[in-house]
Amino acid sequence: MKKYDAIIIGAGHNGLTNAAYLAKSGLDVLVVEKNDYIGGAAVTREMHDGWFYSSCSYVCSMMRQTIHRDLNLTKHGLVLVPYLGTVVFADNGDTMTSYNSEEAEYNQLRQRSPHDADAMFRFQADLARYAQLIRKTLLRTPPDPSSFKPRDIRELLWLAKEFWSLGERELYEYIRFFTMSAADFLDDYFEDDLIKAAMASPGVIGTALGVYSPGSAYILLHHVMGDVDGNIGAWGLARGGMGAISNAIAGALQEHGGTIRTGAGVDKILVKNGRATGVVLDNGDELYANIVVSNMDAKRTFTQCMDKNDLPPGIYEKAKNFKIRGSSGKVNIALSGLPKFNNVADNRYINRGGQGFVGSMETMERAYDCWKHGRWSEDPFIESVIPSAWDPTVAPPGQHWMSNFVQYCPPKLADGPWTPEKRDAFGKTVIDKIERYSPGFKDLIVHAEVRTPHEIEAEIGLTEGNIFQGELTIDQLLFNRPFPGYAQYRMPIKNMYMCGSSTHPGGGVSSACGANAAREILMDLKRPNTVPEDDFYDE
Amino acid sequence: MNKPMQAVDPYAGERLKLSPFHERQAALNIRDAWSSWNGYKFADYYYDEEYEYFCVRNSCATYDICPMQKYIISGPDAEAMLDRMVTRDVSKLKQDRVTYVCWCTDEGRLIDDGTIFRLADDRFLLTCGSPSLAWLRKSAFGYDALIIEDASDTLAALSFQGPTTCEVLKKMGLDGIENLKPFCVAHFPLAGSEDTPLMVSRTGFTGDLGYELWVAPELALTLWDSLYAAGEDYGIQPYGEAATNMARLEAGFIMPGMEFNEALKTIHFEYDQTPFELSLDWLVDFKKPHFNGRAALLDAKSKGSDYTLIKLDIEGNKPAEESFLYADKKCHREIGYVTSAMWSPVVKANIALAMVETEALNGDIWAEIYYTKELRHHSKVAKCTVQSRPFWAPDRARATPPPAY
Repeated sequence: MKKYDAIIIGAGHNGLTNAAYLAKSGLDVLVVEKNDYIGGAAVTREMHDGWFYSSCSYVCSMMRQTIHRDLNLTKHGLVLVPYLGTVVFADNGDTMTSYNSEEAEYNQLRQRSPHDADAMFRFQADLARYAQLIRKTLLRTPPDPSSFKPRDIRELLWLAKEFWSLGERELYEYIRFFTMSAADFLDDYFEDDLIKAAMASPGVIGTALGVYSPGSAYILLHHVMGDVDGNIGAWGLARGGMGAISNAIAGALQEHGGTIRTGAGVDKILVKNGRATGVVLDNGDELYANIVVSNMDAKRTFTQCMDKNDLPPGIYEKAKNFKIRGSSGKVNIALSGLPKFNNVADNRYINRGGQGFVGSMETMERAYDCWKHGRWSEDPFIESVIPSAWDPTVAPPGQHWMSNFVQYCPPKLADGPWTPEKRDAFGKTVIDKIERYSPGFKDLIVHAEVRTPHEIEAEIGLTEGNIFQGELTIDQLLFNRPFPGYAQYRMPIKNMYMCGSSTHPGGGVSSACGANAAREILMDLKRPNTVPEDDFYDE
Repeated sequence: MNKPMQAVDPYAGERLKLSPFHERQAALNIRDAWSSWNGYKFADYYYDEEYEYFCVRNSCATYDICPMQKYIISGPDAEAMLDRMVTRDVSKLKQDRVTYVCWCTDEGRLIDDGTIFRLADDRFLLTCGSPSLAWLRKSAFGYDALIIEDASDTLAALSFQGPTTCEVLKKMGLDGIENLKPFCVAHFPLAGSEDTPLMVSRTGFTGDLGYELWVAPELALTLWDSLYAAGEDYGIQPYGEAATNMARLEAGFIMPGMEFNEALKTIHFEYDQTPFELSLDWLVDFKKPHFNGRAALLDAKSKGSDYTLIKLDIEGNKPAEESFLYADKKCHREIGYVTSAMWSPVVKANIALAMVETEALNGDIWAEIYYTKELRHHSKVAKCTVQSRPFWAPDRARATPPPAY
């Protein structure tokens, strides 16, 4: 019977990254994937003739450049392209643009509020300072604060030193920052509501929190700490859609001799004498390995793919209570032309980048209220991007595809289960809202794909459709992710590891979780490390 | 007391010449980012240099090459004269083909590089970066049956580069453009004309799929308008010197004033270069009859070059601009210097071209890199790896027909 060195469950980008690094060190690895295609939530699929949707994740900024370079992902077809110009829309029709030029940005802010235009400099500096510290931890394994191992002590000291290097006042501010709401954080800088709403919106993306909920400030940071070629906070598109990222990593994996088996969902992780020994597939096939790595989220891994009796006491409960609430939906739309938006100049650098339908702080909070009551938002916050305006490969020339990320949308409805009719009604709410800002929008629609948390879970396997594989709140970050005591990618069962976004540093297409897990596995196997350190170390 | 407006611009003598494409380009130069090239007002960039660079790599973009120097050499002696001037065998160049060439002094030092087009049996177009009429005249010594015409101001040209360029030209109505092979030339009607005033060569300075479009200056705006109308849905954008410099470095192409000092402008002894030092050995053809610098180049070849231009992949992400190179991490033994360096956004690598002592090529190479963080200067020493291939050389640049994007 064939026995692999390692089986990785789930061909999402982190699973593939993990497998690529294990294969690179010479291990015989197999990635099993329940879908007939790879990529997980970093996927491109032709959903309509000539239109290639990035069905789930749609923009990229967290991808570790050092991994891109180390795995030679460009050779395997990956090109990341920045896009320009995001416009935010207020309820009253007012708009505000993120210009590519600092001077234009300043002039515009000054028109809204001279105070806020000046405060923006301090805001950007503070955010950059916070981001810089977190960025340094992305490709490092979190220390276990209760351990006395020299490595943990060394890492804790390093972390402490990095924190102290902020200076005393900033250190206090930073600690406060982790528990603050985006609204409170922004109140210290801005007075204009639309500026606040624009800045607050990244604080709720992918999260079942509102702009006034404690903890949303950190999530704001999580969304601006990425970069494109060193431009921190910038976002890019993967040429050919987000699937190009997964495909390139898969190319690197195969180059190093790893294999991928699609259409192979895992029913159970096999455990014998307290050790993981392999997996049972949905079709009953048993596959054996010295090591099993789960790229599934923590809740799914422990509550659905493992026998409760195989787990040490308390783990099942921890997994069951792991905070992984779905809050968002996605509407992917094929358009016969470029939509025109009210109060947006016919400036080709800004009229086709991103659109943030934020409304106001109040509107975003009301949208969250609906979620709390088990309804989708009647007036949702929508973050849209038109990738086809920048990437010639994803839609026919002159036609477009628009990605619309929608909050809030609950995984369970108060009035009973999701049905296709309710899903379509949710989609209609989104399209109606866009039509308000872009008269004639509906006439451009060629095809639309509506995805609620229900579809996202059913298809990708993300519990409740939570895009981060677990909320990014302080109780579930760093050495608390996914659970205290298990943040170093090793799970309570011997020879079992986790490598998905449920682990540090959390959600986003970064490849960091998969790479960090590979480093730990190779350390346990006493093999040379193949995982690089971050490029941005001397920033 | 108000003076009446002067009818004559008193600064006319100091103002730069305007390219035939200027009117359209000025409207798109949102940042007013102008510099100059050979007396022409010339864009450094139009909106954002990195965006424009990405148009070259991701969609399509135009670069004004009107300021480039262009010479028509025609007559029965034209081939022989060019063949004696440049180091490559021009007699092998077929009609409607282009070749990359360089030419040297008697001492075998590089004067300039450029391209030669054979437009007819006895008619050639030579393009190069710097004005070269004087050298051409000298090179024609003894050849009477030829005419050298400076077409720099009488031939307008636009470089059109990027993965969607072929599709755009097809849409513009250039029938059969997809069959044009690299380094080939074809002629097309323009804006519905009966004749074929538009010359297209599949050439460029980006290492990517691309073309160069050549017309009479009076047709420049017609060309621009049809090209931009066709390119509207394909992400067309003008780009300037900044993006060109990024793209050419990724492709491993050399630039005067960066990799080499033009021999005729060099003051210090041997501060210019031989083609061998620049790793242009493949351009020097000793099998053909006599050419300028041949004896010196033979000598240089047998002796070997002290320095060699190489491509480096450097660890970390700090561009090694103007760095010294060393054989050891402690920076004791200096072995060369970086000529051009950048972070390559498409390859995600820290790349450079560098001049290194030939005998040090087999050992370690370390770069001492200087960078600034919020006004404070820092330095670091980074390991360098020699690359043999260009950093960026996509298959589409060579494919015929090229893919749609």
